[in-house]
Amino acid sequence: MVDVHPTAAAVAAAVAGAHRREWAFVLAATVRVTRDLDLAEECVQDAYARALDTWGAAGIPARPGAWLTTVARRRALDLLRRDATARRALPLLVTDPALAAAPAGHEPAGYEPAGPGLGAPAEPEIADDRLRLVFTCCHPALGTDAQVALSLRLLCGLSTGEVARAFLVSEATMAARITRAKKKIAAARIPYRVPPRAELPGRVDAVLMVVHLLFSTGYAAPAGDELMREDLVERSLDLARMLRVLLPGRGEVAGLLALILLTDARRGARVDEAGRLILLADQDRARWDTAKIAEGSALVREALGQEPRGRFTLMAAIAAVHDEAPTFGDTDWPQIVGLYDLLMRRWPSPVVALNRAVAVGFADGPAQGLAALDALAASPELAGYGYLSASRADFLRRLGRTGEARLAYQEALLLTGNAVERDFLAARLDQLGS
Amino acid sequence: MSQYLILIYADEAQGASVTPEDMAQLTKEHMEFGQRHADVIRGGNALQPTNTATSVRPDPAGGYTVTDGAFAETKEALGGYYLIEAADLDQALAVAKEVPTRFGGVEVRPIWEVM
Repeated sequence: MVDVHPTAAAVAAAVAGAHRREWAFVLAATVRVTRDLDLAEECVQDAYARALDTWGAAGIPARPGAWLTTVARRRALDLLRRDATARRALPLLVTDPALAAAPAGHEPAGYEPAGPGLGAPAEPEIADDRLRLVFTCCHPALGTDAQVALSLRLLCGLSTGEVARAFLVSEATMAARITRAKKKIAAARIPYRVPPRAELPGRVDAVLMVVHLLFSTGYAAPAGDELMREDLVERSLDLARMLRVLLPGRGEVAGLLALILLTDARRGARVDEAGRLILLADQDRARWDTAKIAEGSALVREALGQEPRGRFTLMAAIAAVHDEAPTFGDTDWPQIVGLYDLLMRRWPSPVVALNRAVAVGFADGPAQGLAALDALAASPELAGYGYLSASRADFLRRLGRTGEARLAYQEALLLTGNAVERDFLAARLDQLGS
Repeated sequence: MSQYLILIYADEAQGASVTPEDMAQLTKEHMEFGQRHADVIRGGNALQPTNTATSVRPDPAGGYTVTDGAFAETKEALGGYYLIEAADLDQALAVAKEVPTRFGGVEVRPIWEVM
């Protein structure tokens, strides 16, 4: 069961792996004991530090998550006993009656204390606890910024500094944001609970929005020198996988995981050695990740079988059509336009309309595409949206309307903050000549 | 259980133009809301419009400045409130969603509990 003499490197890798995979599991199980997020975080951090110190001598446990949970909970119980009077004054997280019935500092029902490495926490109960944490982090009474920050901090275990760097804000700003959010959870009594069935669809959508926002922020970084922030993409994939485990029957959860997999599958082909952007049309498809495509395609098929088909499922289906085309020329554009039509009905937005117009341009020719784009030009939401100018520029270029294409590229350049995208647009402008 | 104040905000300019029939209808809806949630409502009132308000601020000289009008001028003004009891924010929001409103909405604030 236990590797008796692991090297320091093996221990470090095991702790890092457990951090990546089990943080939310361990934290959620510890919150059950503390009913206080800060105290639980402190105890979980402590448990990971102890793992680094002791796994070398004692061996890497067969079930690191169970070991860490046991250690974190013991630490929590010690602290609660020691500071019982001081802590009594603190507001506790509000939970449902079953959880609240076990006063803080007592073992909850169903929890069996066990030695490190031997513990077998009741799986269904713990799985539920992770969901409580998910729904608390993504509660609609918290601002979107706060939901995203709390998710990275509490579900992924990122430090405040790491969360701050992910969103290009100072650590002090991010620390204040997280503190404010935790304070609101306590003061307004945002419950630590899985919402009742009737509210579940809306609340699951809110969680998926947060994960999708993380993914899209990572995939096309709105500012900065790199096209992608791979750390954010990886974290969004982790979270989507976790939700898939926790909410297995929900089509939109499968849809979002599929969307992330099918989009991220092209990561290796999106930029060249010099870091320059490569368009879908010009990507080396041999560099796409076939395992991710296969996994994503299977999930899309499952999600498409459930009515009503959600926004992420339809977006994933579009990504799947792209991924399954052997060459750009083989892309089934009429099917993509059809999927965008469904998406427009499900999630009407100017950006979806823009993408549909681009697909029309490939299905029916650049003149039709341009007409579809120009029909959107009056949309106030797209004013100042660089992708609209860039798409117009591309159709104008293909129609040989060089002068107008040049103007549109120049406009797109003014509107784009990402350095890699700017380089791409500048190169296209150069190719047009003068 | 905790207490929350549900503050009802509405655009007074629009509110001034309601017909007596609309007003009667809104009053009826509030009566029904009050009966439906009688077990959690601890208090509540409608307020006269902000043109009846008087603001009082201590001044640096140790006295008071008394001025005509609301404390803060906003397009949507506080027009009434309910004090309710709820186990958590979700329960409070569920009640808040049922508060009859016109030309505005409600804000839910937890009461600061003094121990």
